[in-house]
Amino acid sequence: MKKETQKQISIRFENVSKFFGPVKANENISFDIYQGEILSLLGENGSGKTTLMNMLSGIYFPDEGKIYINGEHVTIASPKDAFDLKIGMVHQHFKLIDVFTCLENIVLGIEDKEKANKSKARKIVKEICDKYGFEINLNKKVYDLSVSEKQTLEIIKVLYREANILILDEPTAVLTPVEIKRLFAVLNNMRKDGKTIIIITHKLNEVMEISDRVAILRKGQYIDTVLTSKTNESQLTEMMVGKKTVLNIDRSEPKDVEDRLIVNGLTYVNGEGIKVLDDVNFTAKSGEILGIAGIAGSGQRELLEAIAGLNPKAKGDIVFFRPKKNLPVSFYHKTYREVVKLASEGKFHYDNGSPVSFEGMRPFQIKSLVNNGDVLFNENEVMNLREKSPLQIRELGVRLSFVPEDRLGMGLVGNMDLIDNMMLRSYRKGKGTLLNRKNPENLAGAIVNELEVVTPNLHTPVRKLSGGNVQKVLVGREIASAPKVLMAAYPVRGLDINSSYLIYNLLDKQKREGTAVIFVGEDLDVLLALCDRILVMCEGQVSGIVDARTTTKEEVGLLMTSKKEAEGGK
Amino acid sequence: MVAFNDILINIIQGAIPLAIIFLFGCVGEILTEKSGNLNLGLPGVMCFGAVGGVLGCVLYMKTIYQLWPIDVSEPVITFVTVLSYICLLLFAIIFACVFGAISGLIFSFLTTTLKANQNITGLALTTFGGGFADFVVPLITPKEEEKALLAKAAKILKFSLPYDRTAVGIWGDSFLNQSILVVIGFAIAIVAFVIINKTRVGLSLRSVGENPATADAAGINTNAYRYGATLIGCAIAGLGGLFYVVKINGWENSATLQGFGWMVLALVIFAVWNPLIAIVGSLVFGALWVSPQSGISTNTAAGKDLLKITPYVVTVVVLVITSIVGKKSVLPPGSLGINYFREER
Repeated sequence: MKKETQKQISIRFENVSKFFGPVKANENISFDIYQGEILSLLGENGSGKTTLMNMLSGIYFPDEGKIYINGEHVTIASPKDAFDLKIGMVHQHFKLIDVFTCLENIVLGIEDKEKANKSKARKIVKEICDKYGFEINLNKKVYDLSVSEKQTLEIIKVLYREANILILDEPTAVLTPVEIKRLFAVLNNMRKDGKTIIIITHKLNEVMEISDRVAILRKGQYIDTVLTSKTNESQLTEMMVGKKTVLNIDRSEPKDVEDRLIVNGLTYVNGEGIKVLDDVNFTAKSGEILGIAGIAGSGQRELLEAIAGLNPKAKGDIVFFRPKKNLPVSFYHKTYREVVKLASEGKFHYDNGSPVSFEGMRPFQIKSLVNNGDVLFNENEVMNLREKSPLQIRELGVRLSFVPEDRLGMGLVGNMDLIDNMMLRSYRKGKGTLLNRKNPENLAGAIVNELEVVTPNLHTPVRKLSGGNVQKVLVGREIASAPKVLMAAYPVRGLDINSSYLIYNLLDKQKREGTAVIFVGEDLDVLLALCDRILVMCEGQVSGIVDARTTTKEEVGLLMTSKKEAEGGK
Repeated sequence: MVAFNDILINIIQGAIPLAIIFLFGCVGEILTEKSGNLNLGLPGVMCFGAVGGVLGCVLYMKTIYQLWPIDVSEPVITFVTVLSYICLLLFAIIFACVFGAISGLIFSFLTTTLKANQNITGLALTTFGGGFADFVVPLITPKEEEKALLAKAAKILKFSLPYDRTAVGIWGDSFLNQSILVVIGFAIAIVAFVIINKTRVGLSLRSVGENPATADAAGINTNAYRYGATLIGCAIAGLGGLFYVVKINGWENSATLQGFGWMVLALVIFAVWNPLIAIVGSLVFGALWVSPQSGISTNTAAGKDLLKITPYVVTVVVLVITSIVGKKSVLPPGSLGINYFREER
């Protein structure tokens, strides 16, 4: 690496601020970026990295402060201005038009008639591809491209406009390790070419691998810029999160363990005739966290959906043990007639332990006994959830909560505010024709307070919140119904470290309260540290259930790739 | 029993003028929708165009026609009559276009600048346009005298280009004996196709309609394209209103024209947003619409009504087919009906 002093300043931010309503996305940010370096912009979710770069690329306009490019004060009012300054950005969500060909996407919006000419463009693009080592078929429609091809196209698009400053927003989030290697090779080539490259990321290993310097943002504030060679991951983490995060997840010992949910012979053949779930058997127990590990797409999603009643075609038994032992009988879920019938079968006992028999009693006497809470269940109630819809499951009084993988698709309604999203769970409660908004409002307020959700107010559409906050709202709502079984699919995906730990702690708290928690995760370290038992799936089968306290990463990793070997564990 | 040939010629003669009303509207709406603006106010826009057309015609008759009259029953081609005819054409077209564009401006201002909901704005514009026409046209032509002038202007506008009637026969005549506006209509459709699909401007326009965020990031002024396409589209649709006035030699009320407007919105889907298919589609729709009056023997009134609903049935069939095919090239523009705001999070 060259010495700093020899480098020319390419971009200078001076007291740049951007506000979205009362939310300070960026506040008084000042720092320099040198020409010909790869700078990592590091920060947690919602720390303002993308906002800052969007101001450079003309998507947002700064509310305060100045931006200098090559020493000159510039006003970037639109993406076009950014192009004129030779700034190009590859957005996290690709800005490509699906129905156009690659070539059409490349020449789109170029005003220079020479460069907009398709046959000339073809030649120039070929030169660019040769120079940096890209491969692309220009006649393909974008909807036929893979994610990595789309990213390549985006980079070519920027280079075609002769950008000298390249901004990449989370470029590795969607790539496989091999593709990441290839991307980094290309970036190194560009650096040699004297281009300034800014990478927005929160993956520390990549920061260490590729960048010359690292600029750190935290909660919209600029913290510092450090040389990559003179720092390490823990120092960066500390700057990023502000305080030293304890990397140990609190794991409480399971207590009062009893069977809560038994899945037996669950098989599901999807619409394409593929056996996505193949004879899955396991037991989820109250007071413990059952982790589900597996390579993405091994059937985890289908398994949870089947339990939640979203896969009516799944075959097999899902037996739920409703905790009723020694709890009073009520008329809430049982009719009078059912109660009398169960009593005659000897299913109840009194407080003092003597069996209940309603023989010879009058209905009003029976009712008053039950309503006083004097009649208790002998055993847990057993119910089969097979072929039940989510609504039927809820009507049976089974408190089953599901935090789906697709938060804004299945979990929440993006355009509705926090309160309305709370009501998705409770809209059937209450007797009047008009909705009761008071309770959902209180619940939303409580979730915002307890989980520290950053939102302007309760009436903000959840779509406008950042990923971590959306997840907090969703998990908060699901936990609020005091579930007996809580299923969470990838609940920390896309979340920063602090938010992730908050979710881990919430799950552990649920476990301590006696909930059977099922946690689908992708990070093995987390699974090993958080769960009590880990169920490993491979191609729709359960390849093993292991004790998380004694197993090793290697063992789980092996099970993830090997079909049905050991059915051991607890 | 009417001879089969006669029925066919009746249909051709009736269908072409009707088809041109549809075609103007359809090409205008395709242009608008390609920019992502779903203008459901099209029936209103066509009414605006009709008002403009009426105003242009009446103004011409009261000024230039007095200087350079044209004999309606037996037109003679001289320098003066040709000049006078061109003036009428310009008056009618310019006024119809400007009125159409004004309604487009209302739509664009509300949706593109103020980000109002496009569906609601469009429906409001439809209602407003119809009422506006029903209110203003009687003000422009208050007495029988003006109505007669308007009818005369309409007759002049119906003149075809000169050709040898005897040489083309009865079939050729049914095709060629059409107003110059018909020629303009077909020409605009072809030009629109070329611009949308073959030029740089068209590429940018389509990108704005497909994905405005992407277009914006590529440095395209999305608002300008949406305004431009909507204004030009509405101007073209306004010509449909003008041609309606020409076809019925005046103005009765806005109901029929509004009905045509809705038909055009169906036609846009039928044409899968392609102006060339719109030409075929408008002829098919026109033929289906006039066939009840062409002498086809339908025993009952219900039969005629059934024939009249066929265009809509055809549209539903097209929707079903394109949905099943599901190819991206036959789907509507990606952001159709959705306003774009850059700083939206």
